[in-house]
Amino acid sequence: MRLIKGYPVSLKEKEFHYCPGCTHGLAHRLIAEVLDELEIREEAIGVASVGCSVLAYEYFNCDMQQAAHGRAPAVATGIKRVHPDKVVFTYQGDGDLASIGLAELIHAANRGEKITVIFINNAIYGMTGGQMAPTTLPGQRTSTSPAGRSSSETGFPLKIAELLSTVEGVAYLARVSLHDPAHIVEGKRAIKTAFEYQLAGRGFSLVEILAACPTNWGMTPLKALEFVRDEMLKVYPKGVYRRLEK
Amino acid sequence: MKKLVIDVERCKSCGICIEHCPAGLLVLSREINSKGYRPVRMKDEEKCNSCLLCALVCPDLVITVYR
Repeated sequence: MRLIKGYPVSLKEKEFHYCPGCTHGLAHRLIAEVLDELEIREEAIGVASVGCSVLAYEYFNCDMQQAAHGRAPAVATGIKRVHPDKVVFTYQGDGDLASIGLAELIHAANRGEKITVIFINNAIYGMTGGQMAPTTLPGQRTSTSPAGRSSSETGFPLKIAELLSTVEGVAYLARVSLHDPAHIVEGKRAIKTAFEYQLAGRGFSLVEILAACPTNWGMTPLKALEFVRDEMLKVYPKGVYRRLEK
Repeated sequence: MKKLVIDVERCKSCGICIEHCPAGLLVLSREINSKGYRPVRMKDEEKCNSCLLCALVCPDLVITVYR
């Protein structure tokens, strides 16, 4: 008997605090597996955001830093400029990155900072109790839009991958989903490519991951994955949005 | 030696692995773990061919696979 799939070295063996069926655990594992495969755990410095993933520093087995709400790309910029030989990544949710932290994100991308941003888009504020986020789908019910998000009053879902696709400092930009095994494999490949772009010093890289939030969506974990497949992927098409060729 | 090693304390009964097992070999057990969830259980080890899908989709790293 040979071990086929075990526990990645880049994750501590601590149990996640995330809800059942939450995609955060899966995203953590894929990043950890990529850090293992590229053998960069010793050089990696992660920056955790504010939100459900605020405790990411408890789980990753590499150096971690906690940033103020939305400021992870700014903190990562500082770390990367002081330690240009290190691999710096941020791990941010949509409330953190697409709302309060949008300015930091866009300017870090525009400066072409050689960092990797992992963006978890679950279309809702998770930790604070399921409020509407900029990424919430039209008509989606949240605790602050109980009748469904009205685009005439509160606008439209903010598409970060499309938004950044015109920014010249961005070297690699992809949107992936983790709702089934094939997409999980694809998502891991995108995360790996993003880190490879950073290792090659090509510029800013970002992977947007469509994620499920069963608790705040009021769904079972399986129904939440179906929602990602049937509803979110329509509004947020997956794909590689920007990729600098050599 | 077992093909699947299930860390029952990590499992949160989300059922995603049960849905994805192509042979339908995984079920929730009757016992509960210390968190109050019913962890997933292997029904018939003989029929498992260690395809990895359960471990691939598990968000809580419950399953370790041997072949």
